[in-house]
Amino acid sequence: MNQIPALARVFAYLSLLTVGGGMAAFPEMKVLTVGVHNWLTFPQLIHIYSVGQMAPGPNMMMIVIIGQWAGGLLGAIVTLLAFFGPTALLAFVVAKAWKKLEKWPWRTSIQQGLAPVSIGLLLAGCFTMAKGAITGLETGAIAVGVLLILLQYKINPALLVVAAAVVGLFSFKPA
Amino acid sequence: MITKKDNSGAKREDLSQLSAEFADCSEGARARTMTHTDTELATQVVDSEVSTSRASILDIFLEFLIIGATSFGGVVPYLRGSLVRKRHWIDDKEFVEMLSISQSLPGLNATNMAILVGEKLRGWMGSTMAILGICLPGAVLMYGVGEFYHRHGDHAWVTAGLKGVAAAAVGLLLYTVMGLSKKALSHKFDFFFTAATVLAVNRLHWSVPRALIIVGILAILFHRPHGHHEKSELAQ
Repeated sequence: MNQIPALARVFAYLSLLTVGGGMAAFPEMKVLTVGVHNWLTFPQLIHIYSVGQMAPGPNMMMIVIIGQWAGGLLGAIVTLLAFFGPTALLAFVVAKAWKKLEKWPWRTSIQQGLAPVSIGLLLAGCFTMAKGAITGLETGAIAVGVLLILLQYKINPALLVVAAAVVGLFSFKPA
Repeated sequence: MITKKDNSGAKREDLSQLSAEFADCSEGARARTMTHTDTELATQVVDSEVSTSRASILDIFLEFLIIGATSFGGVVPYLRGSLVRKRHWIDDKEFVEMLSISQSLPGLNATNMAILVGEKLRGWMGSTMAILGICLPGAVLMYGVGEFYHRHGDHAWVTAGLKGVAAAAVGLLLYTVMGLSKKALSHKFDFFFTAATVLAVNRLHWSVPRALIIVGILAILFHRPHGHHEKSELAQ
């Protein structure tokens, strides 16, 4: 079955939910890509998101993989355009107006009001992912360890993700 | 009562702090590449002192392509290092302003910044080139990862490594959220809106747009402008 129109629809919609960060759209992404369309499983979604943290560039590039699995190269390209096109257009149009509205008192209200909500959405995405990724004591320890190291030291997060892959290899290796 | 003026002042301070932190973060990454870009850097500094608006479409594409290919562990510090320090296309003040706009709009910071900077340099063509450049390397890499995972994803060793990676990603996300909260939450009551959003999505299973619209409107109304009246009264 041709998944291309569905990919375009789903990712254009998800794109508009990424207020504050890509993770804000994660709970909805899970519902649509795993539940409704069966393009991948929940563990796969968690895996590709996490691997994406090691890659350079904008951190939601893993959406390319969903497009690829559902619709090949064309699927990947359509997904990429659908996910970045609408917000790009919005940023292009709104940014100019936004600058002109500097004196408008509601501008500050909108910025201050959206901040806690977008942080809540990111946190909700984080919890949705934790439900699948934190499966026991070891994975919990890795997550807490990464958090503590980042709070304590200035270190590139991508390096920590690579280190966690090595830890994972040794802790969860097949018998 | 805290007036709006005080609030926005504090916000601005936060932003400059934010920018300073980005500077710190990018230092290490820049230092590593410094040796072989030293001469290149020097000539560019001279160029940009003469004119800041000479960026060609190709320049924009290549610069963002480099950022897209090298920005491991978060794009923002690399953006600053490259656009403000190396190319002098925008100054620090503009950078912080654009970043605050990027954060308020839907879309990722990285791509929104590409659009805003590209627009400033060369209009819609600049924006198009910037976002293409910053997305292309990661997209191609992820396409390759997708191929690999499709073939070897259920291999026991790959699963073991991925389990560690996924757990680390949760820790990294928590760190990001904590950093954002410290900078962006200006009022005690903000934590209520954050908690309400989390509960709505995770417990009540509201859709993300429903939570965003309902809690968002309440939070905006809570932060509604009232300093405005005080100001006009003072003026009279």
